Amino acid sequence: MAFDIDKLDTFPKLLAHHAQVRGSLPAIREKALGVWQTWAWGRLADEVRALACGLAAHGLTRGAHLAIVGDNRPRLYAAMCAAQCLGAIPVPLYQDAAAAEMAFPIQNADIGFAVAEDQEQVDKLLEILPQCPLLKHIYFDDPRGLRNYAQDALMSYERLQEAGREFDAKNPGFFDAEVARGKGADTAAMFFTSGTTGHPKGVVLTNTALIDRAAAAAKMEGLGDSDVVMAYLPPAWIGQNIFSYAQPFVTGYCICCPESAETIIADMREIGPTYYFAPPRVLEALLTTVSIRMEDAGAFKRRMYAYFMDVARRVGAKILDGSAVSTADRLLYALGDVLVYGPLRNVLGMSRVRVAYTAGEAIGPDLFVFYRSIGINLKQLYGSTETSVFVCIQPNGQVKSDTVGPAVPGVELKFTPQRELLIRSPGLFKEYYKNPEATAEAKDAEGWFHTGDAGYFDPDGHVKIIDRVKDVGRLSDATLFAPKYIENKLKFFPYVKEAVAFGDGRDRVCVFINFDMEAVGNWAERRNLPYSGYVDLASRDEVYALVGECIEKVNLDLSQDPELANSQVHRFLVLHKELDADDGELTRTRKVRRGYIGERYQPLVTALYEGLRTVHVEAQVKYEDGRTGSISADLKIRDAKTFPAAAAKRAA
Amino acid sequence: MSEGRGIGEVILEVEGVSLSFGGVRALNDVSFDVREHEVRAIIGPNGAGKSSMLNVINGVYHPQQGTIRMKMDGALREFHDMDPHEVALAGIARTFQNLALFKGMSVLDNIMTGRNLRMHTNLLLQALHFGPAAKEEIAHREAVELIIDFLEIQAYRKTPVGRLPYGLQKRVDLGRALAMDPNVLLLDEPMAGMNVEEKQDMCRFILDVNDQMGTTIVLIEHDMSVVMDISDRVVVLDYGKKIGDGTPQEVRGNQAVIDAYLGVSH
Repeated sequence: MAFDIDKLDTFPKLLAHHAQVRGSLPAIREKALGVWQTWAWGRLADEVRALACGLAAHGLTRGAHLAIVGDNRPRLYAAMCAAQCLGAIPVPLYQDAAAAEMAFPIQNADIGFAVAEDQEQVDKLLEILPQCPLLKHIYFDDPRGLRNYAQDALMSYERLQEAGREFDAKNPGFFDAEVARGKGADTAAMFFTSGTTGHPKGVVLTNTALIDRAAAAAKMEGLGDSDVVMAYLPPAWIGQNIFSYAQPFVTGYCICCPESAETIIADMREIGPTYYFAPPRVLEALLTTVSIRMEDAGAFKRRMYAYFMDVARRVGAKILDGSAVSTADRLLYALGDVLVYGPLRNVLGMSRVRVAYTAGEAIGPDLFVFYRSIGINLKQLYGSTETSVFVCIQPNGQVKSDTVGPAVPGVELKFTPQRELLIRSPGLFKEYYKNPEATAEAKDAEGWFHTGDAGYFDPDGHVKIIDRVKDVGRLSDATLFAPKYIENKLKFFPYVKEAVAFGDGRDRVCVFINFDMEAVGNWAERRNLPYSGYVDLASRDEVYALVGECIEKVNLDLSQDPELANSQVHRFLVLHKELDADDGELTRTRKVRRGYIGERYQPLVTALYEGLRTVHVEAQVKYEDGRTGSISADLKIRDAKTFPAAAAKRAA
Repeated sequence: MSEGRGIGEVILEVEGVSLSFGGVRALNDVSFDVREHEVRAIIGPNGAGKSSMLNVINGVYHPQQGTIRMKMDGALREFHDMDPHEVALAGIARTFQNLALFKGMSVLDNIMTGRNLRMHTNLLLQALHFGPAAKEEIAHREAVELIIDFLEIQAYRKTPVGRLPYGLQKRVDLGRALAMDPNVLLLDEPMAGMNVEEKQDMCRFILDVNDQMGTTIVLIEHDMSVVMDISDRVVVLDYGKKIGDGTPQEVRGNQAVIDAYLGVSH
């Protein structure tokens, strides 16, 4: 990765560099008609050039914004770079957002051009066209179903490129001059943060910020052009974009786009990525699948699996960390590697993974240790859209389940007296688009970014995050209440999918629970418990008992901690529907919006605190196609077993 | 793949068809036609003769009376006593009410069987996967992959059909029929036994096939709402006789049809 960051200070310049030095090495792969198709760096550069010229011919100018709506597709990534070539700013939008949610960013950024993946996305854009008068051009990648659309704004990707090639032939020096005009300090991209409250904010990131952070992390992990990454998360999330756009452009590695959301596991197995990123929920879903399949296996295999997973739990992570392990255990682990861990890694598509990151939310210690113990180098990472991701990374050999590691080179960290984490880094964002108040609030005069995360340094200098500063509250007896901490502890149980804790300013803590349909459904089948669906299971006493056990364990755990002993969960209910981003209950990155849920289900919260045994609820739900319906149900409320704080004193 | 959708001339004509099994008159002097690119539904109560009608068109049964004409090489031609193989060669494909798939074979292989008629190299070359056979197989595989992509079943490409849920098996059955590149597609109760979501998916696929591939579709269906939504014209049978024929609106207002479905007191 020897290049001069002063010369190659923008993404288009990096692309030209790769096209020159590794023009025939793979840049992007995509499975089409069952066969992996490869775009080499040279091909990518050609595609981008034609596209950029086409956009220029249609009037996209320096500083204007271009929306990109769709899944991970080579052509959409090419569109991102094409906009940057012209000095325009790509704005990736979440492909699963409802049409109404797309209107705000498009209006906010005065977007006149959009590149959409397919008919679904085009339909959404056309729907909001009346609210977005500036949106004049929509280009689509996949023409299926669009043949009879007669709107003037629509044009296919191919025709745009044709127009580009014509324009390029007429204006030969244009493209290279435009690329040369780009500077590191120019805005490279804008990402809308999902925003747990209010409108999303457009985070403006410069070329320098993204390239600097991508390069720092790549250097730390020794990434090079032989690495391979699977791009399967929403590209509008910087947690995907940094790994599938910024880092490959810096290091020259290859990204692979899966065929569809359902084929990811099979595609992973075929590609064998070497560098992998997954938020905890994805890792958890994978582990659930493995566990369920193991339960269906024969008795011999089950026992072998249980035995060697015990061995792995005992010594696997230590071997990975390079700490001292007896020769007998090493031999046993080696045997386990042949019989269980190796095949398991292969099934997960992680045989070749050198470095894997998890981030986005807290990860359960069991889950984290599971992956490390079977030999996958899973590490934690801390960062956000505003910091171009890389703030903290756990270095090899210093991996812990409850911290996010020390600062990545180039980053300065400090904590306020309120325990808020502050960051200064070359990767910091320039501003929130058209929102100087929010910018001033988040970034102070000395350039410190206020993360809003509460935490502290552990004795080794690793950062430990416990909750959001604004969410850390007090119970009415003035003891500490960290809702996320409690919710995460609950969510670490495979049966619990989501939990929402209430307690700020109240005398005790109560929670809403969403169970995991797959895990609990399987559990019910094994008990010959017939059910018709989620709503049915949610009303079963058996399920309440199961959830109650999980809460009891959390309470026991909390009672050991003098600070949090009063935060034990006293009462709970199982929600009648799964919390859903379409109903505004979760953010697009699936974080619980506690305040909104508290308002929306106000009667339920009241019932929890009034000591009722049942409560009737009726709620509006929004389906994926935008229609609304309503669900009504009678919910039960149960008490959870709590433990005296005295137990903590005895234990201490 | 994308031809104009406009409904064209008559592509299939059934005239005065009667079919009996011993004393049972399954079809009694039934006549109707199917136009190019349209979605034509055949509906009726249980035992009305719908499946028999499809089997007659398909060449499984040979009617005692009446003629069937099919457009071949630009002109309507009568066909007599053709067996299903010949009918298939003439460009008519069908799906089955109770599915006709190889449960132990993968989705890919099942759809590939639909290409069988279009394969020309001999068995020996195919077995050796040699020369022209290899080239041919690649071409057919591409056609099959287009169908897999079209029906959005990429995730199940290598899954044995028997392990798939019923709704997906139906989709594979449709894929197998599509693999023949038919001019006319006969669908025997494509939505039977499906839940609402699967039905909606299937409707979308049928309309997409009709729209994008320009395939003419003749379908039998019980679910009236589906029929009324997606058909251009509807034939109504009752006790082997045609009692109604026209657009969904016309059929809905037809007194004979209402009587057949709701029953009348005699």
